[in-house]
Amino acid sequence: MAEENRVTLHGFWASPYSKRVELALKLKGIPYEYVEEDLRNKSQLLLKYNPVHKKVPVLVHNGKPIAESLVVLEYIDETWKNAPKLLPEDPHTRSQVRFWASFLQQQLFESVLKVLKTEGETQEKALKQVSEKLNLLEEGLKSFYSDGNPCIDIEHVGLHDLVLVSFFGGYKVYEELLGIKLLDPEKTPLIYSRLTALADLPLVKETLPPPEKVVALLR
Amino acid sequence: MEEGVKVVGFWPSPYSQKVIWALKQKGVAYDYIEEDLSNKSQLLMKSNPVYKKIPVLLHGGKPIAESSVILEYIEETWPQNPLLPKEAYERASARFWIQFGAEKGPTFGSLFTSTAGEEQDKAAKDALEVLKILEEQGLGNNKFFGGDSINLVDLALGWLAHWFQCIEELVEIKLIEPTTLPRLHAWVENFNQVPVIHENLPDKKRLLAHMKSIREMSISAK
Repeated sequence: MAEENRVTLHGFWASPYSKRVELALKLKGIPYEYVEEDLRNKSQLLLKYNPVHKKVPVLVHNGKPIAESLVVLEYIDETWKNAPKLLPEDPHTRSQVRFWASFLQQQLFESVLKVLKTEGETQEKALKQVSEKLNLLEEGLKSFYSDGNPCIDIEHVGLHDLVLVSFFGGYKVYEELLGIKLLDPEKTPLIYSRLTALADLPLVKETLPPPEKVVALLR
Repeated sequence: MEEGVKVVGFWPSPYSQKVIWALKQKGVAYDYIEEDLSNKSQLLMKSNPVYKKIPVLLHGGKPIAESSVILEYIEETWPQNPLLPKEAYERASARFWIQFGAEKGPTFGSLFTSTAGEEQDKAAKDALEVLKILEEQGLGNNKFFGGDSINLVDLALGWLAHWFQCIEELVEIKLIEPTTLPRLHAWVENFNQVPVIHENLPDKKRLLAHMKSIREMSISAK
């Protein structure tokens, strides 16, 4: 690896935040060194590189650390301008990508976590919230892709796609293990088709962790 | 071509105000629409169906919601008087601090709605910790988070220079003081002297009264 472009990623195998950065690096063909962090025994380097949050992922580029996965993804996109472009050129479309990435992270994922961690009535309420949010996302994606739903291939993956697949790529296993239906292809066909197309990409399949292991960890 | 720019906002909201600051700093003309949050307009419901919240920016009829998303849009659409560094690493650093500020909102929210006692002591301690991180690691020895002049980070944290003082007054705890947080205290003074900021702040008395009633409502709802 040339000295001028040394990239290291400090990550954790089960972290969707970590995985989305890995996906971006792999999709863009950026060579990098991976450091698996033991979150119960964080390395000195991690604490040095992310003193504010002490969390993964941290991307280190030529010795300079960048933390917060969405910030890292934008940095990667600005520094390595080859396909896939994580953000489009047009400012309005960029704003929509950022809006949905934020919605997926702050709204949808939080609600799904509640479903995974609760039972009974609380879980039912959380499921209702997930359903409502999925409907909002479906409507949003409909207008976002009003000019046509571009096919998913390794040259056309957006920032919001990375957030979607890193959080929900393993959704089928969550459904099986909990006996709950989270995603209905008839109610949210666009989300379903995009998510399954993303999860089926060979590069994504080999990068995302086995969902059963993640559920085991969550419990 | 400058197509119509509209801001749908609410006068006491710092989220609303940062959008105004960014537009004014770049000399972008806009129409302001004051929203009555107790009776939300059709325009707001249509422009932000997901959250139904202000602020919303409309440019040539196309809506953008979420203040952090709006600020990046403004920066990209009107590049004059840049509010983000040109260099990728420095931009990432700025975005990091914007996200940090956003994430720590609930910490200050807890302080705002706290009442005297253990709960408030803890809330004040947590808030002070966040402010210390902002001073020591965010601001460092710079005049502004943006260096010699303000940038999006200053705008995103700008609520600390005006709204936070109302919180301090209502909970009767002063956290940003020249003895405890000298650099952040200086930043507050400097930020408030920037002409665009100085000329675009909600009236302190009116804001204090508004925040007092919000606080009382939150406390009685607990």
